[in-house]
Amino acid sequence: MEANNSFTMGHGLWSMDKPEKMALTNETIQQKLTAKFGEAVFGFEDTYGMLCFETAKENNLKLLQFLHDDEELGFRFLTDLCAVNYPDQPGRELAVVYHLHNLAANVRIRFKVFTDINTPDIYTASKLFASANWMERETFDFYGVNFVGHPNLKRILNVDEMDYFPMRKEYPLEDQTRVDKDDEMFGRG
Amino acid sequence: MTEHHHHIKLPEGSIEKQTTTLNVGPTHPATHGVFQNIMELDGERIVSTESTVGYIHRAFEKIAERRPLYQITPLTDRLNYCSSPINNMGWHLTCEKLLGVQTPKRVDYLRIIIMELSRISDHLICNSIVGVDTGAYTGFLYVMQYRELIYEIYEEVCGSRLTTNIGRIGGFERNFNNTAFTKLEKFLKEYPSVLKEFENLFTRNRIFMDRTIGTGGISAERALNYGFTGPNLRATGVDYDVRVHSPYSSYEDFDFSIPVGKTGDNYDRFLVRNEEMWQSLSILQQAYRKIQEFKGEEAEVFHANVPEYYLPKKEDVYTKMEALIWHFKIIMGEVDMPKGEVYKSVEGGNGELGFYLISDGGRTPFRLHFRRPCFIYYQAYPELVTGGMLSDAIVTMSSLNLIAGEMDA
Repeated sequence: MEANNSFTMGHGLWSMDKPEKMALTNETIQQKLTAKFGEAVFGFEDTYGMLCFETAKENNLKLLQFLHDDEELGFRFLTDLCAVNYPDQPGRELAVVYHLHNLAANVRIRFKVFTDINTPDIYTASKLFASANWMERETFDFYGVNFVGHPNLKRILNVDEMDYFPMRKEYPLEDQTRVDKDDEMFGRG
Repeated sequence: MTEHHHHIKLPEGSIEKQTTTLNVGPTHPATHGVFQNIMELDGERIVSTESTVGYIHRAFEKIAERRPLYQITPLTDRLNYCSSPINNMGWHLTCEKLLGVQTPKRVDYLRIIIMELSRISDHLICNSIVGVDTGAYTGFLYVMQYRELIYEIYEEVCGSRLTTNIGRIGGFERNFNNTAFTKLEKFLKEYPSVLKEFENLFTRNRIFMDRTIGTGGISAERALNYGFTGPNLRATGVDYDVRVHSPYSSYEDFDFSIPVGKTGDNYDRFLVRNEEMWQSLSILQQAYRKIQEFKGEEAEVFHANVPEYYLPKKEDVYTKMEALIWHFKIIMGEVDMPKGEVYKSVEGGNGELGFYLISDGGRTPFRLHFRRPCFIYYQAYPELVTGGMLSDAIVTMSSLNLIAGEMDA
Protein backbone atom coordinates (compact mmCIF):
# COMPACT_ATOMS: atom_id res chain seq x y z
CA MET A 1 0.00 0.00 0.00
CA GLU A 2 1.48 3.25 -1.04
CA ALA A 3 0.62 6.34 0.89
CA ASN A 4 1.01 8.81 -1.92
CA ASN A 5 -1.74 11.30 -2.26
CA SER A 6 -3.40 10.26 -5.49
CA PHE A 7 -5.68 13.23 -5.45
CA THR A 8 -5.52 15.78 -8.25
CA MET A 9 -7.52 18.81 -9.07
CA GLY A 10 -9.82 18.80 -12.09
CA HIS A 11 -9.50 21.25 -14.90
CA GLY A 12 -12.21 23.54 -13.71
CA LEU A 13 -15.29 24.97 -15.25
CA TRP A 14 -14.08 26.17 -18.60
CA SER A 15 -12.09 23.16 -19.62
CA MET A 16 -15.37 21.33 -20.13
CA ASP A 17 -15.76 23.03 -23.50
CA LYS A 18 -16.16 20.65 -26.36
CA PRO A 19 -13.09 19.55 -28.27
CA GLU A 20 -12.01 21.54 -31.29
CA LYS A 21 -13.56 19.18 -33.83
CA MET A 22 -17.07 19.69 -35.12
CA ALA A 23 -19.65 19.51 -32.39
CA LEU A 24 -21.95 16.54 -32.46
CA THR A 25 -25.35 17.92 -33.39
CA ASN A 26 -28.74 16.27 -33.44
CA GLU A 27 -28.72 16.55 -37.25
CA THR A 28 -25.44 14.68 -37.49
CA ILE A 29 -26.74 11.91 -35.26
CA GLN A 30 -29.93 11.60 -37.29
CA GLN A 31 -28.00 11.53 -40.58
CA LYS A 32 -25.61 8.86 -39.33
CA LEU A 33 -28.42 6.70 -38.02
CA THR A 34 -30.44 7.03 -41.20
CA ALA A 35 -27.38 6.21 -43.31
CA LYS A 36 -26.73 3.09 -41.24
CA PHE A 37 -30.23 1.81 -40.50
CA GLY A 38 -32.44 3.47 -43.11
CA GLU A 39 -36.12 3.09 -42.32
CA ALA A 40 -35.45 0.91 -39.29
CA VAL A 41 -34.80 3.95 -37.12
CA PHE A 42 -37.62 6.43 -37.35
CA GLY A 43 -39.81 8.94 -35.54
CA PHE A 44 -37.03 11.48 -35.05
CA GLU A 45 -38.11 14.30 -32.84
CA ASP A 46 -36.40 17.11 -30.99
CA THR A 47 -38.00 17.42 -27.57
CA TYR A 48 -36.64 20.18 -25.38
CA GLY A 49 -33.35 19.97 -27.26
CA MET A 50 -32.95 16.22 -26.87
CA LEU A 51 -33.05 14.02 -29.96
CA CYS A 52 -35.61 11.22 -29.58
CA PHE A 53 -36.36 8.38 -31.92
CA GLU A 54 -37.72 4.89 -32.17
CA THR A 55 -36.69 1.54 -33.50
CA ALA A 56 -38.22 -1.90 -33.78
CA LYS A 57 -37.58 -4.00 -30.73
CA GLU A 58 -35.46 -6.52 -32.67
CA ASN A 59 -33.02 -3.73 -33.44
CA ASN A 60 -32.37 -2.41 -29.97
CA LEU A 61 -29.02 -4.15 -29.49
CA LYS A 62 -27.73 -3.37 -32.97
CA LEU A 63 -28.63 0.25 -32.44
CA LEU A 64 -27.08 0.42 -28.96
CA GLN A 65 -23.93 -1.25 -30.25
CA PHE A 66 -23.63 1.15 -33.16
CA LEU A 67 -24.24 4.19 -30.95
CA HIS A 68 -21.64 2.84 -28.55
CA ASP A 69 -18.95 1.84 -31.03
CA ASP A 70 -19.12 4.57 -33.62
CA GLU A 71 -16.17 6.90 -33.16
CA GLU A 72 -18.17 10.05 -33.71
CA LEU A 73 -21.38 9.07 -31.93
CA GLY A 74 -19.73 7.57 -28.86
CA PHE A 75 -22.82 7.06 -26.70
CA ARG A 76 -21.03 4.97 -24.12
CA PHE A 77 -22.90 5.99 -21.01
CA LEU A 78 -26.32 4.51 -20.30
CA THR A 79 -27.96 7.16 -18.16
CA ASP A 80 -31.28 5.50 -17.69
CA LEU A 81 -33.43 2.60 -18.75
CA CYS A 82 -37.10 2.29 -17.88
CA ALA A 83 -40.45 1.25 -19.29
CA VAL A 84 -43.75 2.97 -19.98
CA ASN A 85 -47.16 1.35 -20.34
CA TYR A 86 -49.48 2.77 -23.01
CA PRO A 87 -52.66 0.74 -22.58
CA ASP A 88 -54.42 2.51 -25.45
CA GLN A 89 -51.98 1.44 -28.14
CA PRO A 90 -52.84 -2.11 -29.21
CA GLY A 91 -49.71 -4.07 -30.10
CA ARG A 92 -47.51 -1.31 -28.70
CA GLU A 93 -48.56 -1.36 -25.07
CA LEU A 94 -45.11 -1.40 -23.56
CA ALA A 95 -42.19 0.85 -24.36
CA VAL A 96 -38.65 0.49 -23.09
CA VAL A 97 -36.90 3.84 -22.99
CA TYR A 98 -33.13 4.26 -23.19
CA HIS A 99 -31.39 7.49 -22.23
CA LEU A 100 -27.83 7.64 -23.50
CA HIS A 101 -25.11 10.18 -22.98
CA ASN A 102 -21.96 10.96 -24.93
CA LEU A 103 -19.93 12.42 -22.09
CA ALA A 104 -17.09 13.75 -24.23
CA ALA A 105 -19.28 15.74 -26.60
CA ASN A 106 -21.89 16.19 -23.87
CA VAL A 107 -24.91 15.16 -25.95
CA ARG A 108 -27.87 13.21 -24.69
CA ILE A 109 -30.34 11.14 -26.72
CA ARG A 110 -33.37 9.05 -25.96
CA PHE A 111 -34.85 6.18 -27.91
CA LYS A 112 -37.75 3.86 -27.42
CA VAL A 113 -38.68 0.37 -28.50
CA PHE A 114 -42.28 -0.74 -28.35
CA THR A 115 -43.58 -4.21 -27.74
CA ASP A 116 -46.80 -6.14 -27.55
CA ILE A 117 -47.76 -6.70 -23.92
CA ASN A 118 -48.43 -10.41 -24.54
CA THR A 119 -44.95 -11.14 -25.85
CA PRO A 120 -42.83 -8.56 -24.06
CA ASP A 121 -39.47 -10.00 -25.14
CA ILE A 122 -36.65 -7.54 -25.60
CA TYR A 123 -32.93 -8.24 -25.87
CA THR A 124 -30.94 -7.37 -22.79
CA ALA A 125 -28.43 -4.54 -22.88
CA SER A 126 -26.61 -5.88 -19.84
CA LYS A 127 -23.78 -7.37 -21.92
CA LEU A 128 -22.96 -3.94 -23.25
CA PHE A 129 -23.69 -1.92 -20.11
CA ALA A 130 -23.20 -3.42 -16.67
CA SER A 131 -25.50 -0.69 -15.40
CA ALA A 132 -28.41 -2.15 -17.38
CA ASN A 133 -28.48 -5.25 -15.20
CA TRP A 134 -30.49 -3.86 -12.29
CA MET A 135 -32.35 -1.32 -14.35
CA GLU A 136 -33.67 -4.17 -16.48
CA ARG A 137 -34.51 -6.17 -13.39
CA GLU A 138 -36.47 -3.20 -12.11
CA THR A 139 -38.24 -2.85 -15.44
CA PHE A 140 -39.09 -6.53 -15.40
CA ASP A 141 -40.25 -6.27 -11.82
CA PHE A 142 -42.68 -3.44 -12.49
CA TYR A 143 -43.71 -3.95 -16.12
CA GLY A 144 -42.96 -7.57 -16.88
CA VAL A 145 -40.64 -6.85 -19.76
CA ASN A 146 -38.78 -10.07 -20.45
CA PHE A 147 -35.17 -9.16 -21.19
CA VAL A 148 -33.92 -12.02 -23.31
CA GLY A 149 -30.42 -13.09 -22.36
CA HIS A 150 -30.37 -11.32 -19.01
CA PRO A 151 -28.11 -13.21 -16.57
CA ASN A 152 -30.35 -12.89 -13.54
CA LEU A 153 -33.81 -11.68 -14.46
CA LYS A 154 -35.74 -11.74 -11.20
CA ARG A 155 -37.66 -9.26 -9.12
CA ILE A 156 -35.59 -6.64 -7.37
CA LEU A 157 -37.70 -4.18 -5.39
CA ASN A 158 -40.93 -6.11 -4.95
CA VAL A 159 -41.37 -9.35 -3.03
CA ASP A 160 -40.53 -12.52 -4.92
CA GLU A 161 -44.03 -13.91 -4.40
CA MET A 162 -45.73 -11.08 -6.26
CA ASP A 163 -47.64 -12.48 -9.24
CA TYR A 164 -48.33 -9.33 -11.25
CA PHE A 165 -46.51 -6.30 -12.61
CA PRO A 166 -47.69 -3.39 -10.52
CA MET A 167 -46.69 -0.41 -12.66
CA ARG A 168 -48.91 -1.52 -15.53
CA LYS A 169 -51.82 0.84 -15.92
CA GLU A 170 -54.39 -1.91 -15.39
CA TYR A 171 -53.55 -1.89 -11.69
CA PRO A 172 -55.03 1.13 -9.96
CA LEU A 173 -52.99 2.79 -7.26
CA GLU A 174 -55.01 1.46 -4.39
CA ASP A 175 -56.20 -2.09 -4.28
CA GLN A 176 -59.97 -1.66 -4.57
CA THR A 177 -60.58 -5.08 -3.08
CA ARG A 178 -58.95 -4.34 0.25
CA VAL A 179 -61.18 -5.21 3.17
CA ASP A 180 -58.88 -4.26 6.03
CA LYS A 181 -59.72 -0.59 5.76
CA ASP A 182 -62.94 0.74 7.23
CA ASP A 183 -64.30 2.93 4.46
CA GLU A 184 -66.21 5.06 6.89
CA MET A 185 -63.02 5.94 8.72
CA PHE A 186 -61.31 6.83 5.46
CA GLY A 187 -64.10 9.10 4.31
CA ARG A 188 -65.26 6.83 1.53
CA GLY A 189 -68.40 5.38 3.10
CA MET B 1 -52.25 -36.90 16.63
CA THR B 2 -49.65 -37.34 14.01
CA GLU B 3 -46.06 -36.87 14.84
CA HIS B 4 -44.06 -34.33 12.92
CA HIS B 5 -40.37 -34.39 12.49
CA HIS B 6 -39.01 -30.91 12.51
CA HIS B 7 -35.78 -30.51 10.70
CA ILE B 8 -34.08 -27.33 9.65
CA LYS B 9 -33.66 -27.73 5.93
CA LEU B 10 -30.16 -26.81 4.90
CA PRO B 11 -29.21 -26.20 1.31
CA GLU B 12 -27.47 -29.14 -0.25
CA GLY B 13 -23.75 -29.19 0.40
CA SER B 14 -23.85 -26.50 3.05
CA ILE B 15 -22.24 -28.72 5.69
CA GLU B 16 -19.41 -29.89 3.47
CA LYS B 17 -18.53 -26.55 1.95
CA GLN B 18 -15.40 -24.78 3.07
CA THR B 19 -16.79 -21.26 3.14
CA THR B 20 -19.11 -19.52 5.57
CA THR B 21 -22.32 -17.81 4.60
CA LEU B 22 -22.84 -14.51 6.38
CA ASN B 23 -25.88 -12.28 6.25
CA VAL B 24 -24.77 -8.68 6.50
CA GLY B 25 -27.97 -6.81 7.08
CA PRO B 26 -30.76 -6.04 6.27
CA THR B 27 -30.68 -4.27 9.61
CA HIS B 28 -27.21 -4.02 10.95
CA PRO B 29 -25.45 -1.06 12.60
CA ALA B 30 -22.67 -1.19 10.02
CA THR B 31 -24.92 -0.90 6.99
CA HIS B 32 -26.35 2.53 7.92
CA GLY B 33 -29.61 1.74 6.22
CA VAL B 34 -31.56 -1.26 5.11
CA PHE B 35 -29.20 -3.28 2.94
CA GLN B 36 -28.74 -7.00 2.84
CA ASN B 37 -25.67 -8.71 1.51
CA ILE B 38 -25.41 -12.46 1.55
CA MET B 39 -21.69 -13.02 1.65
CA GLU B 40 -19.66 -16.17 1.19
CA LEU B 41 -16.58 -15.83 3.33
CA ASP B 42 -13.35 -17.75 3.37
CA GLY B 43 -12.08 -16.74 6.78
CA GLU B 44 -12.48 -12.99 6.60
CA ARG B 45 -12.10 -12.78 2.83
CA ILE B 46 -15.14 -12.31 0.65
CA VAL B 47 -15.52 -14.99 -2.00
CA SER B 48 -18.78 -13.70 -3.38
CA THR B 49 -21.67 -11.55 -2.34
CA GLU B 50 -25.21 -10.99 -3.44
CA SER B 51 -27.08 -7.80 -2.64
CA THR B 52 -30.77 -7.76 -1.92
CA VAL B 53 -32.52 -4.41 -2.13
CA GLY B 54 -36.09 -3.21 -1.91
CA TYR B 55 -36.75 -3.46 1.82
CA ILE B 56 -38.11 0.07 1.97
CA HIS B 57 -39.68 0.27 -1.47
CA ARG B 58 -42.61 2.69 -1.23
CA ALA B 59 -43.90 2.67 -4.83
CA PHE B 60 -43.12 6.35 -5.43
CA GLU B 61 -43.36 6.03 -9.19
CA LYS B 62 -46.78 4.43 -8.96
CA ILE B 63 -48.01 6.97 -6.41
CA ALA B 64 -46.71 9.81 -8.58
CA GLU B 65 -49.03 8.74 -11.40
CA ARG B 66 -51.95 9.76 -9.21
CA ARG B 67 -50.49 12.95 -7.79
CA PRO B 68 -50.46 16.51 -9.11
CA LEU B 69 -47.09 18.23 -9.28
CA TYR B 70 -46.97 19.72 -5.80
CA GLN B 71 -47.93 16.46 -4.14
CA ILE B 72 -44.92 14.79 -5.71
CA THR B 73 -42.38 17.12 -4.07
CA PRO B 74 -42.72 15.40 -0.67
CA LEU B 75 -42.06 12.07 -2.38
CA THR B 76 -38.74 13.36 -3.67
CA ASP B 77 -37.77 14.35 -0.10
CA ARG B 78 -37.67 10.71 0.72
CA LEU B 79 -35.25 9.63 -1.99
CA ASN B 80 -31.82 10.75 -0.81
CA TYR B 81 -32.94 12.16 2.52
CA CYS B 82 -29.45 13.41 3.36
CA SER B 83 -29.89 16.14 0.77
CA SER B 84 -33.64 16.49 0.26
CA PRO B 85 -33.51 20.09 -0.98
CA ILE B 86 -31.53 19.03 -4.05
CA ASN B 87 -34.23 16.47 -4.86
CA ASN B 88 -36.97 19.06 -4.35
CA MET B 89 -35.27 21.55 -6.60
CA GLY B 90 -34.53 18.90 -9.21
CA TRP B 91 -38.24 18.14 -9.29
CA HIS B 92 -39.23 21.80 -9.50
CA LEU B 93 -36.70 22.32 -12.29
CA THR B 94 -38.25 19.38 -14.13
CA CYS B 95 -41.72 20.92 -13.81
CA GLU B 96 -40.34 24.27 -14.91
CA LYS B 97 -38.77 22.67 -17.96
CA LEU B 98 -42.11 21.13 -18.91
CA LEU B 99 -44.03 24.33 -18.22
CA GLY B 100 -41.41 26.57 -19.84
CA VAL B 101 -40.87 28.69 -16.73
CA GLN B 102 -37.89 31.05 -16.63
CA THR B 103 -36.65 31.81 -13.15
CA PRO B 104 -35.10 35.17 -12.19
CA LYS B 105 -31.39 35.24 -11.41
CA ARG B 106 -31.95 35.93 -7.72
CA VAL B 107 -34.07 32.79 -7.44
CA ASP B 108 -31.33 30.78 -9.12
CA TYR B 109 -28.73 32.07 -6.67
CA LEU B 110 -30.94 31.42 -3.66
CA ARG B 111 -31.50 27.90 -4.94
CA ILE B 112 -27.78 27.42 -5.38
CA ILE B 113 -27.23 28.47 -1.76
CA ILE B 114 -29.68 25.83 -0.58
CA MET B 115 -28.38 23.15 -2.94
CA GLU B 116 -24.74 23.70 -2.01
CA LEU B 117 -25.58 23.65 1.68
CA SER B 118 -27.30 20.33 1.04
CA ARG B 119 -24.30 19.02 -0.80
CA ILE B 120 -22.10 19.93 2.15
CA SER B 121 -24.42 18.24 4.62
CA ASP B 122 -24.62 15.16 2.39
CA HIS B 123 -20.85 14.84 1.97
CA LEU B 124 -20.35 15.62 5.63
CA ILE B 125 -22.47 12.67 6.68
CA CYS B 126 -20.88 10.34 4.17
CA ASN B 127 -17.29 11.22 4.99
CA SER B 128 -17.77 11.26 8.72
CA ILE B 129 -19.49 7.87 8.54
CA VAL B 130 -16.50 6.52 6.65
CA GLY B 131 -14.54 7.72 9.66
CA VAL B 132 -16.90 5.94 12.05
CA ASP B 133 -16.55 2.71 10.13
CA THR B 134 -12.78 2.87 10.33
CA GLY B 135 -13.02 3.40 14.08
CA ALA B 136 -12.88 7.18 14.42
CA TYR B 137 -16.05 8.52 15.97
CA THR B 138 -14.79 11.99 16.85
CA GLY B 139 -15.07 13.51 13.38
CA PHE B 140 -18.66 12.44 13.08
CA LEU B 141 -19.69 14.06 16.36
CA TYR B 142 -17.64 17.14 15.72
CA VAL B 143 -19.15 18.05 12.36
CA MET B 144 -22.73 17.28 13.32
CA GLN B 145 -23.22 20.72 14.84
CA TYR B 146 -22.61 22.23 11.42
CA ARG B 147 -25.12 19.98 9.78
CA GLU B 148 -27.44 21.25 12.49
CA LEU B 149 -26.67 24.81 11.43
CA ILE B 150 -27.49 23.91 7.82
CA TYR B 151 -30.78 22.39 8.96
CA GLU B 152 -31.55 25.58 10.87
CA ILE B 153 -31.13 27.53 7.66
CA TYR B 154 -33.59 25.18 5.92
CA GLU B 155 -35.95 25.76 8.82
CA GLU B 156 -35.85 29.51 8.31
CA VAL B 157 -36.68 29.09 4.64
CA CYS B 158 -39.24 26.31 4.60
CA GLY B 159 -40.00 25.35 8.20
CA SER B 160 -38.67 21.81 8.16
CA ARG B 161 -35.32 20.14 8.51
CA LEU B 162 -34.89 16.70 7.04
CA THR B 163 -37.72 16.09 4.59
CA THR B 164 -37.83 19.67 3.54
CA ASN B 165 -40.41 20.04 0.75
CA ILE B 166 -38.57 23.27 0.06
CA GLY B 167 -39.39 25.73 -2.69
CA ARG B 168 -42.12 26.04 -5.25
CA ILE B 169 -42.40 25.83 -8.99
CA GLY B 170 -40.77 29.09 -10.00
CA GLY B 171 -38.92 29.82 -6.79
CA PHE B 172 -39.36 29.81 -3.04
CA GLU B 173 -42.34 29.97 -0.74
CA ARG B 174 -40.99 33.12 0.89
CA ASN B 175 -38.01 35.38 0.73
CA PHE B 176 -35.05 34.44 2.91
CA ASN B 177 -35.35 36.33 6.17
CA ASN B 178 -32.51 38.03 8.02
CA THR B 179 -32.06 35.10 10.37
CA ALA B 180 -31.41 32.83 7.42
CA PHE B 181 -28.73 35.15 6.10
CA THR B 182 -27.21 35.63 9.55
CA LYS B 183 -26.98 31.88 9.98
CA LEU B 184 -25.49 31.56 6.52
CA GLU B 185 -22.87 34.15 7.42
CA LYS B 186 -22.08 32.26 10.61
CA PHE B 187 -21.72 29.08 8.58
CA LEU B 188 -19.45 30.71 6.01
CA LYS B 189 -17.33 32.18 8.77
CA GLU B 190 -16.96 29.14 11.01
CA TYR B 191 -17.21 26.15 8.72
CA PRO B 192 -13.83 26.48 6.94
CA SER B 193 -11.90 26.00 10.18
CA VAL B 194 -14.12 23.05 11.11
CA LEU B 195 -13.60 21.39 7.77
CA LYS B 196 -9.89 22.02 8.09
CA GLU B 197 -9.85 20.36 11.47
CA PHE B 198 -11.95 17.48 10.14
CA GLU B 199 -9.34 16.99 7.42
CA ASN B 200 -6.59 17.15 10.01
CA LEU B 201 -8.22 14.28 11.83
CA PHE B 202 -8.40 12.05 8.78
CA THR B 203 -6.59 12.95 5.60
CA ARG B 204 -3.05 12.11 6.72
CA ASN B 205 -4.08 9.85 9.56
CA ARG B 206 -1.98 6.68 9.34
CA ILE B 207 -4.74 4.31 10.40
CA PHE B 208 -7.33 5.95 8.20
CA MET B 209 -5.04 5.89 5.18
CA ASP B 210 -4.13 2.25 5.71
CA ARG B 211 -7.78 1.33 5.97
CA THR B 212 -8.96 3.24 2.90
CA ILE B 213 -6.14 3.36 0.36
CA GLY B 214 -6.38 0.48 -2.06
CA THR B 215 -9.74 -0.80 -0.84
CA GLY B 216 -12.98 -0.66 -2.77
CA GLY B 217 -11.30 0.70 -5.89
CA ILE B 218 -12.68 0.70 -9.42
CA SER B 219 -11.29 1.83 -12.76
CA ALA B 220 -12.81 4.72 -14.66
CA GLU B 221 -13.82 2.41 -17.48
CA ARG B 222 -15.69 -0.01 -15.23
CA ALA B 223 -17.24 2.84 -13.29
CA LEU B 224 -18.66 4.35 -16.47
CA ASN B 225 -19.92 0.97 -17.59
CA TYR B 226 -21.62 0.56 -14.24
CA GLY B 227 -23.28 3.95 -14.63
CA PHE B 228 -21.40 5.65 -11.79
CA THR B 229 -22.01 9.36 -11.41
CA GLY B 230 -21.21 11.95 -8.79
CA PRO B 231 -18.23 11.82 -6.41
CA ASN B 232 -17.85 8.06 -6.91
CA LEU B 233 -17.26 8.54 -10.63
CA ARG B 234 -15.05 11.57 -10.12
CA ALA B 235 -12.90 9.59 -7.69
CA THR B 236 -11.96 7.38 -10.64
CA GLY B 237 -10.72 10.40 -12.60
CA VAL B 238 -13.69 11.27 -14.81
CA ASP B 239 -14.62 14.94 -14.42
CA TYR B 240 -18.31 14.57 -15.15
CA ASP B 241 -20.51 16.88 -13.12
CA VAL B 242 -24.09 17.74 -14.08
CA ARG B 243 -23.61 21.27 -12.73
CA VAL B 244 -21.03 21.83 -15.44
CA HIS B 245 -22.17 19.50 -18.22
CA SER B 246 -25.84 20.53 -18.18
CA PRO B 247 -25.90 23.69 -16.09
CA TYR B 248 -29.13 24.53 -14.31
CA SER B 249 -30.01 27.36 -11.93
CA SER B 250 -27.26 29.52 -13.46
CA TYR B 251 -24.36 27.37 -12.28
CA GLU B 252 -22.57 28.71 -15.34
CA ASP B 253 -22.21 32.06 -13.50
CA PHE B 254 -19.97 30.46 -10.89
CA ASP B 255 -16.31 29.72 -10.83
CA PHE B 256 -15.44 26.37 -9.32
CA SER B 257 -13.40 23.30 -10.15
CA ILE B 258 -14.31 19.64 -10.29
CA PRO B 259 -12.02 17.65 -8.03
CA VAL B 260 -11.10 14.23 -9.36
CA GLY B 261 -9.21 11.24 -7.98
CA LYS B 262 -7.25 8.52 -9.73
CA THR B 263 -7.83 5.10 -8.27
CA GLY B 264 -11.50 5.30 -7.38
CA ASP B 265 -10.82 3.68 -4.00
CA ASN B 266 -12.27 4.59 -0.64
CA TYR B 267 -9.55 7.12 0.05
CA ASP B 268 -10.06 8.92 -3.26
CA ARG B 269 -13.78 9.05 -2.73
CA PHE B 270 -13.16 10.59 0.67
CA LEU B 271 -10.76 13.18 -0.75
CA VAL B 272 -13.05 14.09 -3.62
CA ARG B 273 -15.95 14.67 -1.24
CA ASN B 274 -13.82 16.79 1.06
CA GLU B 275 -12.58 18.90 -1.81
CA GLU B 276 -16.13 19.24 -3.13
CA MET B 277 -17.10 20.71 0.22
CA TRP B 278 -14.41 23.37 -0.23
CA GLN B 279 -15.74 24.05 -3.72
CA SER B 280 -19.28 24.26 -2.38
CA LEU B 281 -18.10 26.75 0.21
CA SER B 282 -16.60 28.85 -2.56
CA ILE B 283 -19.86 28.64 -4.55
CA LEU B 284 -21.79 29.65 -1.44
CA GLN B 285 -19.58 32.68 -0.93
CA GLN B 286 -19.97 33.70 -4.57
CA ALA B 287 -23.73 33.20 -4.44
CA TYR B 288 -24.08 35.20 -1.25
CA ARG B 289 -22.06 38.03 -2.76
CA LYS B 290 -24.27 37.98 -5.85
CA ILE B 291 -27.40 38.01 -3.69
CA GLN B 292 -26.17 41.08 -1.85
CA GLU B 293 -25.86 42.94 -5.14
CA PHE B 294 -29.62 42.92 -5.58
CA LYS B 295 -30.99 46.14 -4.10
CA GLY B 296 -34.43 47.64 -3.54
CA GLU B 297 -37.24 45.89 -5.38
CA GLU B 298 -34.86 43.41 -6.96
CA ALA B 299 -33.96 42.12 -3.51
CA GLU B 300 -37.60 41.17 -2.99
CA VAL B 301 -37.70 38.76 -5.93
CA PHE B 302 -37.95 35.18 -4.75
CA HIS B 303 -40.15 33.54 -7.38
CA ALA B 304 -40.98 33.70 -11.06
CA ASN B 305 -44.29 35.03 -12.26
CA VAL B 306 -46.26 31.81 -12.79
CA PRO B 307 -49.65 32.44 -11.16
CA GLU B 308 -51.09 29.18 -12.44
CA TYR B 309 -48.47 27.06 -10.69
CA TYR B 310 -47.01 29.23 -7.95
CA LEU B 311 -48.98 28.95 -4.72
CA PRO B 312 -50.49 32.17 -3.35
CA LYS B 313 -49.12 33.67 -0.15
CA LYS B 314 -50.11 31.74 2.94
CA GLU B 315 -51.52 34.84 4.67
CA ASP B 316 -53.80 35.39 1.69
CA VAL B 317 -54.87 31.75 1.61
CA TYR B 318 -56.11 32.11 5.17
CA THR B 319 -57.86 35.44 4.66
CA LYS B 320 -58.94 35.77 1.01
CA MET B 321 -61.37 33.58 -0.90
CA GLU B 322 -59.65 33.98 -4.29
CA ALA B 323 -56.27 32.92 -2.89
CA LEU B 324 -57.82 29.97 -1.09
CA ILE B 325 -59.46 28.79 -4.31
CA TRP B 326 -56.19 29.05 -6.24
CA HIS B 327 -54.27 27.29 -3.53
CA PHE B 328 -56.76 24.44 -3.66
CA LYS B 329 -56.76 24.33 -7.44
CA ILE B 330 -52.99 24.16 -7.67
CA ILE B 331 -52.54 21.56 -4.93
CA MET B 332 -55.31 19.35 -6.32
CA GLY B 333 -53.97 19.72 -9.85
CA GLU B 334 -57.02 21.40 -11.33
CA VAL B 335 -54.70 23.17 -13.75
CA ASP B 336 -53.80 20.70 -16.47
CA MET B 337 -50.15 20.33 -17.38
CA PRO B 338 -49.01 20.78 -20.96
CA LYS B 339 -48.30 17.62 -22.94
CA GLY B 340 -44.67 16.69 -23.18
CA GLU B 341 -41.78 14.46 -22.33
CA VAL B 342 -38.82 15.80 -20.41
CA TYR B 343 -35.68 14.49 -18.81
CA LYS B 344 -34.05 16.80 -16.32
CA SER B 345 -31.19 15.98 -14.05
CA VAL B 346 -29.34 17.67 -11.24
CA GLU B 347 -26.10 16.88 -9.45
CA GLY B 348 -27.38 15.25 -6.30
CA GLY B 349 -25.34 14.45 -3.25
CA ASN B 350 -24.33 11.08 -4.65
CA GLY B 351 -24.64 11.51 -8.39
CA GLU B 352 -26.90 12.38 -11.27
CA LEU B 353 -30.45 12.49 -10.02
CA GLY B 354 -32.72 12.42 -13.06
CA PHE B 355 -36.44 12.91 -13.52
CA TYR B 356 -38.06 11.46 -16.62
CA LEU B 357 -41.52 12.93 -16.79
CA ILE B 358 -44.16 12.09 -19.39
CA SER B 359 -47.24 14.27 -19.32
CA ASP B 360 -50.29 13.46 -21.43
CA GLY B 361 -51.81 16.82 -20.64
CA GLY B 362 -53.69 15.67 -17.56
CA ARG B 363 -53.50 16.71 -13.94
CA THR B 364 -50.91 14.10 -12.95
CA PRO B 365 -47.86 12.66 -14.70
CA PHE B 366 -48.62 9.84 -17.11
CA ARG B 367 -45.29 8.39 -16.09
CA LEU B 368 -42.57 9.60 -13.78
CA HIS B 369 -39.31 7.77 -13.47
CA PHE B 370 -36.56 8.70 -11.05
CA ARG B 371 -33.00 8.03 -12.09
CA ARG B 372 -31.63 7.17 -8.70
CA PRO B 373 -27.84 7.28 -8.80
CA CYS B 374 -27.10 4.89 -5.95
CA PHE B 375 -29.52 2.24 -7.22
CA ILE B 376 -27.47 2.15 -10.39
CA TYR B 377 -23.96 2.17 -8.95
CA TYR B 378 -24.69 -0.18 -6.07
CA GLN B 379 -24.63 -2.99 -8.64
CA ALA B 380 -20.88 -2.69 -8.68
CA TYR B 381 -20.61 -3.51 -4.99
CA PRO B 382 -19.82 -7.24 -5.42
CA GLU B 383 -17.07 -6.36 -7.89
CA LEU B 384 -15.64 -3.78 -5.47
CA VAL B 385 -15.46 -6.02 -2.44
CA THR B 386 -14.87 -9.56 -3.74
CA GLY B 387 -11.44 -10.77 -2.73
CA GLY B 388 -11.15 -8.17 0.00
CA MET B 389 -11.70 -8.31 3.73
CA LEU B 390 -15.13 -8.13 5.29
CA SER B 391 -14.12 -5.09 7.35
CA ASP B 392 -13.09 -3.25 4.18
CA ALA B 393 -16.41 -4.10 2.56
CA ILE B 394 -18.14 -2.21 5.36
CA VAL B 395 -16.02 0.88 4.70
CA THR B 396 -16.64 0.53 0.97
CA MET B 397 -20.36 0.43 1.59
CA SER B 398 -20.35 3.69 3.51
CA SER B 399 -17.92 5.40 1.18
CA LEU B 400 -20.22 4.71 -1.79
CA ASN B 401 -22.81 6.92 -0.06
CA LEU B 402 -25.65 4.44 -0.40
CA ILE B 403 -28.98 5.77 0.76
CA ALA B 404 -31.66 3.12 1.09
CA GLY B 405 -34.45 5.63 0.53
CA GLU B 406 -33.06 6.57 -2.82
CA MET B 407 -32.18 3.06 -3.86
CA ASP B 408 -35.56 1.55 -3.14
CA ALA B 409 -37.68 4.53 -4.20
